[in-house]
Amino acid sequence: MVPNHGSIGLRALICALLSICAAASIRPISDAHRSAALDLFVPSGGLFQSLEETYEALRTFQILGVGNFSDIGPATCPVIIDNLTSPASSPKDLFDAIRVNSILECQIGSQTFKDVAEKFQDLIKSTDKLMNFYYSILGLLHVKAQGVSVVLPDAEGVFYSIKALSQNDGRWQYDSNNAESSTCAAGIALEALAGVVSLADIELVQSKIGTIKHDIVKLFDSINSYDDGTLYFEEKHIDGSEYKGPLATTASVVRGASAFAAIVSEKLNIPGDKLVGIAKFLLSVGVPSSTKDLFNQIDSLSHIENNRISIPLILSLPSTVLSLTSKDQLEVEVTTVFGSAAPPLTVNLVRASSSDVKNNPILENQELQFDTEKNVHYLDILPLKIDIGKYTLEFEISLHDPENLNTYATGGHAHSLIFLTGLVKVDKSQIGIYDTDSESSASMLKLDFFKDDKISLVANHLQKLHLSFQLFTPLGNTIKPHQAFLKLRHESKVEHIFALESSSRQYKIILDFLALVEKFYYLSGRYDIELAVGDAAMENSFLHVLGYIDLDLPEPPERASRPPSLSVDPYARFGPKQEISHIFRAPETRPPKELSLAFLAFTLVPLGGFVIGLLTLGVNLKSFPSSSVHALFSLLFHAGIAAILLLYVLFWLKLDLFTTLKVLGLIGVFLIFVGHRTLSCLASTSAGKVKTN
Amino acid sequence: MLMFRELEFKMAKSSTSDAQALFRSLRSAYAATPTNLKIIDLYVVYAITTAVIQVVYMGIVGSFPFNSFLAGVLSCLGTAVLAVCLRIQVNKENKEFKDLPPERAFADFVLCNLVLHLVVMNFLG
Repeated sequence: MVPNHGSIGLRALICALLSICAAASIRPISDAHRSAALDLFVPSGGLFQSLEETYEALRTFQILGVGNFSDIGPATCPVIIDNLTSPASSPKDLFDAIRVNSILECQIGSQTFKDVAEKFQDLIKSTDKLMNFYYSILGLLHVKAQGVSVVLPDAEGVFYSIKALSQNDGRWQYDSNNAESSTCAAGIALEALAGVVSLADIELVQSKIGTIKHDIVKLFDSINSYDDGTLYFEEKHIDGSEYKGPLATTASVVRGASAFAAIVSEKLNIPGDKLVGIAKFLLSVGVPSSTKDLFNQIDSLSHIENNRISIPLILSLPSTVLSLTSKDQLEVEVTTVFGSAAPPLTVNLVRASSSDVKNNPILENQELQFDTEKNVHYLDILPLKIDIGKYTLEFEISLHDPENLNTYATGGHAHSLIFLTGLVKVDKSQIGIYDTDSESSASMLKLDFFKDDKISLVANHLQKLHLSFQLFTPLGNTIKPHQAFLKLRHESKVEHIFALESSSRQYKIILDFLALVEKFYYLSGRYDIELAVGDAAMENSFLHVLGYIDLDLPEPPERASRPPSLSVDPYARFGPKQEISHIFRAPETRPPKELSLAFLAFTLVPLGGFVIGLLTLGVNLKSFPSSSVHALFSLLFHAGIAAILLLYVLFWLKLDLFTTLKVLGLIGVFLIFVGHRTLSCLASTSAGKVKTN
Repeated sequence: MLMFRELEFKMAKSSTSDAQALFRSLRSAYAATPTNLKIIDLYVVYAITTAVIQVVYMGIVGSFPFNSFLAGVLSCLGTAVLAVCLRIQVNKENKEFKDLPPERAFADFVLCNLVLHLVVMNFLG
């Protein structure tokens, strides 16, 4: 079945717009997060991949109130005990084990805890790396929570060592060698410093704590922001090996800041709006799809929910598409990040303006009423006579009790995007064919798009097609829809699409066939007429087959462009391609083997003739030197020549030129020497003979 | 007329007998050449015959591996040419090369043959 492009286009447009709405609106933590947590953190046989993941899973389950610990405990406790008692455990392993234990509460003897505490204390004395400080100090905090008394030796010194790694802009270094400062490290350092303060048995000097508070304020000054008002932290220097995205970095800073805020006596000087921005950022992630992201989101939101600085209140819309037909009301929820109830407050719609016409606000200063049963603030929009379309709403929250301003943060004005949809009425629709010269006396047929009768028209290339209609919103205003297309499809599946023009009151199109003859590829015959009208705010967007028109076009001239061939199924391009038949050069014909061998024998015949001829001439070997030395040299001479000839045969058969030349050089030197001796003694013998003669 | 015919017959006879006499004198003169020159002449004849057989073969089957054909023919012709050079240098009646010892000429012959056949083997393919 050939997909209907118009309807798919309409549906895609509406889905895209709705999804943009959904992404722009923020929703507090809900059951979607809870089921995602159960889906993502899946233990196999009670065990997770690592102790770090175990901690993340258990903490997420604990905060969200889901999950069953009964099968995780028995499988993981042995691993924890193993890690705590093994001498080869790294500080990270010990830290992971001890913090998982603080949730699972395995049966572990206090001696084990004392040994672990000792290991941590030794590490604190010997290290200067931030991560080691973090593991040991927080590990000691967990051990202390088990009831074992721990002592932090030289708390001031530790405080100084950690503070020494801080930078001017509020960030921290991981250790003194690594020159790059990191925002994540700042969060970790703040958590560690908060741990130092709670473990120290003497009061730390307030001025030191004051400098840290100053650092936190500077860190929060470097916060980044998106256009929609969400705030987040990000690393300035991106380390290629371990990139932590904005979510992980923001989570780290939130943990550190809230841990530090919990131990100082007075509130940190961080404006509540920043916390609201951070909370919005964390919620705008939606439901994450990885375990680490989900843990970071839930953990940092739980710190935000329970922090001592200010608790952000989130304004969210349960539904951003309101229908005039079903008489929906505008509903707004104000909750904390986890969906808990907010203190008594009023929501005021400061301004509602259309997204198309930005200047004049449609509504101003409407107070929303509170429904105590459903716990939402609502506004009845039907009496306000707002037309369909896309609107930007601006809300303001005002708390009833001014005391709550110290505890809660409302975050200024909240913006939201909504769609108001309704049924669009089509009126005065007509279609007709008329001749070029007699425009006024066209016989127009009335159309009703919502009835099933099809019209049939006949036209030739000298005539024009006229189609027009008017669109009205439920309130009676004219609307300009996003899509208004007319499609003519030939029997051979060739399609032509035209956009309708809008004048002040109506939509119309006039197809002049004389001008379109070439565009239609001179194809005469029956064309189906389809009209597609759609808008995001239109509940009854339609794609109608109006009927058909029999077009009579002239014959194509010689040079006319041919219609495009029927489009192949687009998925066919992933199938096997056409077989390529390569054209090779035909191999040369070779003579038959017997002929070649015969001629080989024939070539050797002259050699035989040569030997016979030599014998006939009476060739003798009398001149062969008789004395042994000379004979030896003569023999070697002949052997050398034979060796070179053998080398040539080998060269032909398998050697390469370089090897041959090397060996030839060696044999040649030998041959020259031997030949010189032989020939010189021969020469001397023959000279002697001549002399005697 | 008869005289003309007799003259013709005599002339023909004399021409054939002239040819025969020429041939006989050549043979006798050739018999006088030293043996080593005869060996060299025999060698030249052998080389040329081998070349001719290769050309006949190429004429029959076509020149497909042309490089092989050229290598074979060039080997025969080259060695024949070198043998002719040797004969010139060794011939005692040749006044130009009076001072050149024949062993030296033979050594040159051997060396040039070896170089020629290295090139031929490389070209044989």
